[in-house]
Amino acid sequence: MLSSALKRVPPMRDPSDPPAIEMAGMNKWYGNFHVLKNINLTVHRGEKLVICGPSGSGKSTMIRCINRLEEHQQGQIVVEGVELSNDLKQIDVIRSDIGMVFQHFNLFPHLTILENLTLAPIWVRRMRRGQAEQTAMHYLERVKIPDQAHTYPGQLSGGQQQRVAIARALCMSPKIILFDEPTSALDPEMVKEVLDTMVALAEDGMTMLCVTHEMGFARQVADRVVFMDQGEIVEMNTPSEFFSHPRHQRSKLFLAQILN
Amino acid sequence: MKALSLPLPAEPMPGQIRFGALRRSAMLLFGTPLNAVLTLLFGVLLVATVPPMLRWLVIDAVLFDPSPRACRVAAGACWSFIYAKSGQLLFGIYPLDERWRPAIVCLLILALLAWSVRPASWAPRLAALWMAALVLIFWLMAGGFGLAEVPTSSWGGLPVTLILTVVAIGVAFPVGILLALARRSTMPAIRIGAVVLIESVRGLPLLSILFVASIMMPLFLPEALLPDKFVRALVALTIFAAAYLAEVIRGGLQAIPNGQYEAAAALGLPFWRTQYLVILPQAIQVAIPALANTIIVMIKNTSLVLVVGLFDLISSGKAALADPDWPSPAAETFLFIGAIFFALSFSFARFADFLERRGPTAH
Repeated sequence: MLSSALKRVPPMRDPSDPPAIEMAGMNKWYGNFHVLKNINLTVHRGEKLVICGPSGSGKSTMIRCINRLEEHQQGQIVVEGVELSNDLKQIDVIRSDIGMVFQHFNLFPHLTILENLTLAPIWVRRMRRGQAEQTAMHYLERVKIPDQAHTYPGQLSGGQQQRVAIARALCMSPKIILFDEPTSALDPEMVKEVLDTMVALAEDGMTMLCVTHEMGFARQVADRVVFMDQGEIVEMNTPSEFFSHPRHQRSKLFLAQILN
Repeated sequence: MKALSLPLPAEPMPGQIRFGALRRSAMLLFGTPLNAVLTLLFGVLLVATVPPMLRWLVIDAVLFDPSPRACRVAAGACWSFIYAKSGQLLFGIYPLDERWRPAIVCLLILALLAWSVRPASWAPRLAALWMAALVLIFWLMAGGFGLAEVPTSSWGGLPVTLILTVVAIGVAFPVGILLALARRSTMPAIRIGAVVLIESVRGLPLLSILFVASIMMPLFLPEALLPDKFVRALVALTIFAAAYLAEVIRGGLQAIPNGQYEAAAALGLPFWRTQYLVILPQAIQVAIPALANTIIVMIKNTSLVLVVGLFDLISSGKAALADPDWPSPAAETFLFIGAIFFALSFSFARFADFLERRGPTAH
């Protein structure tokens, strides 16, 4: 589906640079249920991670902890040098630097596409309306739907809505983008247009964490594939290693199920 | 039950349309024995009621003759009474020489309402405009600063109804929003406070709240601290409306999927901006039919202030009827007052309908 011949250049890394995301000994419970068990993960700037695993393995919960849509109970999460705590103001600042794309798009249905894109730049970044609209149109062109600027989300197809959601995240010039199963709710014929947008984004050097089962996409853009099962990171490797030589029984089983 | 089902009208032949339409209505009206009986029954009812009603309303009615004598002898309605007493009906016992003041107040409120329903005028400055208008309205009504002072006990009629309606609902709406948000708060003290307030207000009849505000408060509070009776009734109406609106808005809030909160949070929007920009516009849109319902009930509830001695439209009407020179045409008076309430409520219903249609299709 996607050409794996595309050349992948490993991101340039200055060792003195702090990592984009660092999770150390992170644990999370829902009541008595231990959802995330001792997660240790460092993501460098410009890195692209694909997180996969069976449903209920905690992969969505893990990336939702990064912008604190979920709270962790133990351990540390440091994003761009700032540790996540209960300080609400600080969390809003961190969130404005982390873009997020949801499975169900979550566009604001009462606003036009353009208003969806300019809302946060105006009300969070304090950008002037004219400038925010200019930025919004720029990103709408990048996701190839500038002609839909004045329609409402309900008038767009699923694939178009998800591309708008990506543009909405980009309008905040985020340092990191989290994708939570961005193609799972789409009709099959619309998956490609969204994946193509994500590939283009990856080529621009964006730091990306993507929960997805699109293994073609993982092969094409991921620097590392993270495999999770039952709340743990079971295996973490480059895509070629992970797909050709999975080391754990659970990874093998998962790959066998998903690739057939 | 079978007899109730209407027979399907026969397809009209081409060129037979007019005859076909006639036939179809004949089939509808007399197609089955039951339909025929119902048609005859309603026909008799209409013949029996409509002509006498028309005779009373128009044909035998006194329309323009300004003397009360004409009404005494006429068999029909006494509309000249409404005309002769219009000042008292509309402005109650407000001093005669000063009636231009409530007249301006009514026109001002109606003009502002008309201005406010235009989407083009929805901006923060609209709220500022209303604030300024309210100051002007209270000055015109109460006097002082160069105008003769008129105590609220002399206010009456349409301006009282309009002020109570506009201020009570205008203040109750934002308060209701805050109460609805408070009731969904994760902070126990705020949530419990909201629940206690909403449930106690909902558990009491409006009449008893008005009585507490106007009759019992003077027993507890020293006179210096006691607000004016009009203000107390206004506060009582506002709290009552706010509690009901809060529950309606909470219903709307519950219809908003969690993903909307998450999307707003992920963009870094703080709590109040999320509510104002993302959640409330959608919640209120969803709740429009129920909100309109509650607000229309509140428009009519303002007439209950008559029990605590304030002169709204209905009390002004009753006072006008007490004039011994006239034959006390109660039906005409209440029809007139009813028409005013209907005009207010129906206009609001149309406005709500417009808002409902205007909203984009939801999720």
